[in-house]
Formats: sequence, C-alpha cells, structure tokens
Amino acid sequence: MGLDRRKFLKVAGCAALGIAGGTTAKLGVGGSPARASSTSKAVHGGKRWAMVIDLRKCHKAEECDDCINACHVTHNVPKFDNPKDEIKWIWRESFGHAFHDQEHEYAAESLKHSPALLLCNHCDNPPCVKVCPTQATWKREEDGIVMMDWHRCIGCRYCVAACPYGSRSFNWRDPRPHIDKIHDEFPTRTRGVVEKCTFCEERLAKGKIPSCVEACKEKAIAFGDLEDPNSEVRRILGENFTIRRKPELGTKPEVYYLV
Amino acid sequence: MLEKALTGSKQYWAWLFFLGAVIFVGFLFFMWQFREGLGITGMSRDVTWGLYIAQFTFLVGVAASAVMVVLPYYLHNFKAFGKITILGEFLAIGSVVMCMTFIFVDMGQPFRILNVFVFPTPHSLMFWDTIALGGYLVLNVIISMVTLKAERSSVAPPKWIKPIIILSIPWAISIHTVTAFLYSGLAARPFWMTAILAPRFLASAFSAGPALLILFCLLLRRLTKFDAGKEPIQKLAMIVTYAMAVNVFFVLMELFTALYSDIPHHVLHFQYLFFGLGDSKVLVPWMWTSAILSVIALVLLINPGTRKNERILVFACVAVFIALWIEKGLGLVVTGFIPNPLGVVNEYWPTLPEVMIALGVYGIGLLIITVLYKIALSVRGEVSR
Amino acid sequence: MYDAGKIIAGLVIFLVLVTSPMWYKAATGTKGEAPELKYVTESKVCVAETEYMKAFHMDLLNEWRDDVVRRDDRQYEGLEGKVYEKSLSRTCMSCHSNKDEFCDRCHDYAGVSVYCWDCHVEPAEVQ
Repeated sequence: MGLDRRKFLKVAGCAALGIAGGTTAKLGVGGSPARASSTSKAVHGGKRWAMVIDLRKCHKAEECDDCINACHVTHNVPKFDNPKDEIKWIWRESFGHAFHDQEHEYAAESLKHSPALLLCNHCDNPPCVKVCPTQATWKREEDGIVMMDWHRCIGCRYCVAACPYGSRSFNWRDPRPHIDKIHDEFPTRTRGVVEKCTFCEERLAKGKIPSCVEACKEKAIAFGDLEDPNSEVRRILGENFTIRRKPELGTKPEVYYLV
Repeated sequence: MLEKALTGSKQYWAWLFFLGAVIFVGFLFFMWQFREGLGITGMSRDVTWGLYIAQFTFLVGVAASAVMVVLPYYLHNFKAFGKITILGEFLAIGSVVMCMTFIFVDMGQPFRILNVFVFPTPHSLMFWDTIALGGYLVLNVIISMVTLKAERSSVAPPKWIKPIIILSIPWAISIHTVTAFLYSGLAARPFWMTAILAPRFLASAFSAGPALLILFCLLLRRLTKFDAGKEPIQKLAMIVTYAMAVNVFFVLMELFTALYSDIPHHVLHFQYLFFGLGDSKVLVPWMWTSAILSVIALVLLINPGTRKNERILVFACVAVFIALWIEKGLGLVVTGFIPNPLGVVNEYWPTLPEVMIALGVYGIGLLIITVLYKIALSVRGEVSR
Repeated sequence: MYDAGKIIAGLVIFLVLVTSPMWYKAATGTKGEAPELKYVTESKVCVAETEYMKAFHMDLLNEWRDDVVRRDDRQYEGLEGKVYEKSLSRTCMSCHSNKDEFCDRCHDYAGVSVYCWDCHVEPAEVQ
C-alpha cells in the first residue's frame, strides 16, 4: 500500500503546489536518464485476434481438460473447493447454459449433453471496458484484446456485473495458497482484483500461440487474425456456419463456435 | 458551532457511546475483511454485489430526499418547512457519508480507491456517481452550515447562498438518477435494464426519506424540546403518500411489462423474488413482507383519517421505510445477479461479518446525524432564549 | 488565551512524544545505520546509473509496468545501448536475486511496504 499512498501524495502535492513539477523534472522523476524510444516494440502481427472453437471436435475427447489445465497452470489460476470463491479463465459449461437462446428440448442428445468451452469473448464492443472507473480493463486498439491491469484494479466488480458472459472472476481471497505449483513466468494475482483470460497476450508477445490452442490434441481451437483474409480463422468462418454467444447484445464477441 | 455537540445530557452521551461501540465492532470486522478479502462475505462469483452496494443504493435515495423539504421551502416559500429544512439537509449529509463508506468497504482494494480520480474515466457511470455524491455532500455541508450560522446570529442568510441552494435541488435528483444509471445501462442484467429504474428510485427515495424524517421529528419531540409542529409533519406525510403511490404504480408497471411480454430473461428475476426458482427462495418471505407492508402503508396514508392521526402515521411511516428497505436494500441489487447470465441460480445471503460491518457503517451515519441534530437544536435553543 | 497552561503543557507533551525516537537513540547511544545491500552478481552495471537507481528505481519500475502492461512495449535500452527486457522478476531479480538482502533490507529500514510481491513471484519461491 505504501506506493499507493506515495503516488497519491505526489499527485495531490503537485496539484496543490504547482511548482513541484519543476523541481521533480530537474531531478528526473518520470523520465529515466537512459530511456530509449521504443523502437524495439515486440512484433506479433495480429490486428484483430479471434478464436474459433469446434465443439464437434471438442466432444470427441470426453472429459478432456487439457486446454483448461494448460491455461490455468500457465497463468497461476487458483483452485478453490468452494464454488463461491471460484476463479476460471476457460471452463466447460453445458451447451444449454452457454447458449440458452439456442437450446430446445428436442435438440440432438450429443449437443444437449456436450459441454461448451467458455472464456472471455474479447468483444469488439466490450461492455466491461465501458463501465470500468479506472481503465484497469481496456481494449487494446492494436489487436483488439480486452486487457487487464491488475495493478490498477480497485476491485469494484462493476465489470463483472456488466459482462453478459460470466467471463470475469473476482479474487475473494488470497489466491496463492490455492495454487498447486506457482509458475514463475507469470505473476499470481492478489486478493481484491478481477481477472480473466487475456488471449495469452504475454505469449503472443513472444510469437507463441495461446496455451489452450497449443494444448488441444483434437485441434478443436483455431486462433488467428481476422484482418488477415488468409488466416485459418477467416477460412473456417468463411466456409462454415458459426455462432456466437448473445450476438443480439451488440458486443461483437470474437470467439466463434462450430456446433 | 461544533462545540455545541460537546455538551449534552447523560442520555445523549450514552447514545453516542453506544453508537461508538457499534462502529468499533464494525471496524474490527472490517479489519478482518481487509486481511482475508471479501471472501468472508456472502458474495460469490455469481452474486458479486450484495448488502453493501444495496445499502449504498438505498441510502443515496435517503440523501436525495432532502430535496423534498428544500424545494418547497426555498422555491415555493413554504414557511412551514422552515424548522425542519436543516434536519433534512443534515439527514442528507449523514446518508451521503454512509454511501461513501459502503462503497469503500465494498472495494476489493479499498486503498486504491483514489485511482478513480487519478485516472478519471468519463465513460464509466461510477466516475460520475463519485462526482455527484461528493458534490452533493459539499453542497449540503455549505448550505446547512451557512444557514444555521445565520440563524444563530438572527440574521438573514447571505445572498450568495441562494443560487447554491437552487443548485442543490437538481443535484439531489442527479445523484439518484446517476445511481440508477449504474444499473440500468447494463445489457448483461435484464432485471435492471429498464428505463423506469431512475424514476422508480426517485419515487421510493421520496417516500422512504421523508418517512424517516417524520419519524425523526416525532422522536425529537419526545426526547427534546424541539417540536416540528403539526403542519410540516402532515405536509411531509402527504409527500410520502404521493411518492409511495407512484412507487407502487411504477413497480406494477415493471411487473406488467415483464410478465405480459413473458420473455424469460425478464420474468425469471421477478419469479425468483416472489416465488423462488426451484429450491432457491430466500428472498420470498421478505418480498411478500415488503408487498404487504406497502399495501397497508398506502391504505393508512391515503385515508385522511388515519394519516392525520400521528400515532397511526408513525406506524405507516415505519411500514413504508421497512417495505422500501427490503425492496431496494435487499431485493433489487442481488436479484439482478439471480439467475446469472448463464441461467444458473446461485443464491446470496449476507454473513455475520458482513452484517456487522454494515451495522458499523449505519452507526457512523447515525452518529453524524445525532451530532448534527444536536448542534441544530442547541443553536435553536440559543435563538429562542 | 483560555486554558493557556493546559494548552502549553499539551503541546510540550506532544513534542516530546513525537521526538521520542531521537531521544531514545541519543540516550542509548545506538546510531541508525544505513543497511548494507548484498549484490550477487558479476555484472558491474545496472540498467541505469547507480545513483539514479538508488533514488528513482520505483519510478523506473512504475514506468516499466505501464509500458509492458498498457503499451505492449517490452524492451528497454539501458546504458551503452544494452537492451533489457522490462521485467522485475526476470531482469532486476536476475542480478539482485536475493530479495531479503537487497529489496527488503532497505525497505524495512525506510519503513516502506511495497505490494510487488503480492503478485510477482520472487526467485526463491519457485525453487
């Protein structure tokens, strides 16, 4: 908390005195001496990332949790026994829950009982971003990923209320004791912040595909750039009938499903 | 003027110490929540707002209701409210402080709350709500202190306060409107996404707030030498009557639209409130209590014979307050999350620590209101002597 | 002035209480000593001048944090054109690998509590 207070005092002080700006600039606060311009921006290419999940392929491997485990291990997602405290970035839900507008009682048994894979839709028009009072969640203009800044989140949970897909989880308790083995390439979260899938932006920055896509043995998850007409996602979307969750809300989800 | 709060009867001090104890216990539970996280409350992944935000919503209404005494007095020169206007403004101050405290205790990272100002975000309604509430607090503090000071010196209040008072009237409407917009703008929650939510909030506020003010006035008459007089109480009762009738009317409109159109997303929430979904029905007895109390209150208020009898009026006001507290402070917020966006029902009920923290916050509000009322009455005592 | 005696006595008591740590130090003869930091690295240079790092490492870290999280800008050109990854756990902690003897020793002395490690994984935790 020390840094928060320091930052606040600094902001308050600057505003009140007006002269503080001059002195701190002299001392070099806010701009390190050897700061280089960022010519070395990570190259990842995609302009509008999207995902197509083929539920038909997914069903073949019943009880398979490969993608979920891969994601949750990579991102230090804790496991809580009490569903009340649960945190999930990608999870299985019955088809009826995932698409309750699409379900009817005479639907094929295979569909009714088969699970659908759910995660953040990285909406093109994300309602969670609109409501966040601190811009702790925002849509990255370069590639459309709905990002999270866990340093800034105040834990008001307005984004959770605004998400029509139940994709956001709140850290009701300290997650660390509930992580089997902490993966050192990624931070954990702290109690009191909201989290969700980030399309593995940290892996994309290194030129890797999302870990759920990589982990799927059935190749049921395709990932790529919608702006690239030759991408795999564009090919699948162009050749098949695909559905999205609650498209009528105008959120424009970028996770598509083949059923 | 503040020194007036430092002298008082034994009763006064006993009440303050009692409130202090309630606040202290609430604080201890808050420290526990601060260490463990909000996991010690009844809130869950599905129901992410609970008692705290519901109390915030309810109390914004109580705060806004001060306008129901300010407007007739200052805009229509309705002299009968002269004695109680200050009580309305002080009630607003106490309520806004409670609202802010409820927001604070609900944050996952309470000490980052200043991020709302460090990174101002106009597209978030929460940003505007913060501005609206903060501004309303400042307005009411300035207005009440300046007018009371003038009253103490037996002079007319300075001229410059008049435009500020006029500003406070639309501002009061705005705080509850923006609070309704927090909810009614969410496509994810059909239960709240209704254009009538803000009018409904205002109607319930303008009945619950003045009802509370009537109760405070009658209580002060018993405990102190202060007497609001018969006429202002009756006028307030009239306001409560109209606002309550409008509120019930609005709720019926909501019910009609949801039930007749029969769209499951809209029906299910009301079904949960009044009949339960499957085995999930914790709110059912509460909502029926609220409905029955509303009807009883309306009958007693609309009938002039019962409304004019102050003993019965007390009962009607208590009924109004409880009915609306259940409707807004218990049912409205939680039910937006039940069932969740996937159609799954997970219920909510507050835990002991959560209730104790909420009581502590109410303690803070009552303490502020007590001290401010004490100051106002002491100043009045001076004036009449 | 009303109650001048009480007010002055109160002020004196307040001042004594506030300055008590200094009196305590003077009386017991202990002197506050700046903590000694331990470096476990071969490297002679940091990403910026030592003097700058001593005074403003927190600002640099905040800047790195915002660059990586919010601007997807992950590389930092340090002294003599050397390029580093903007990462607390991978860049900073690769040289200053002992959090207790590097970070905490000074932060404890200065009474600063940071929340970096609530989320970021310190090297020893994974071993």
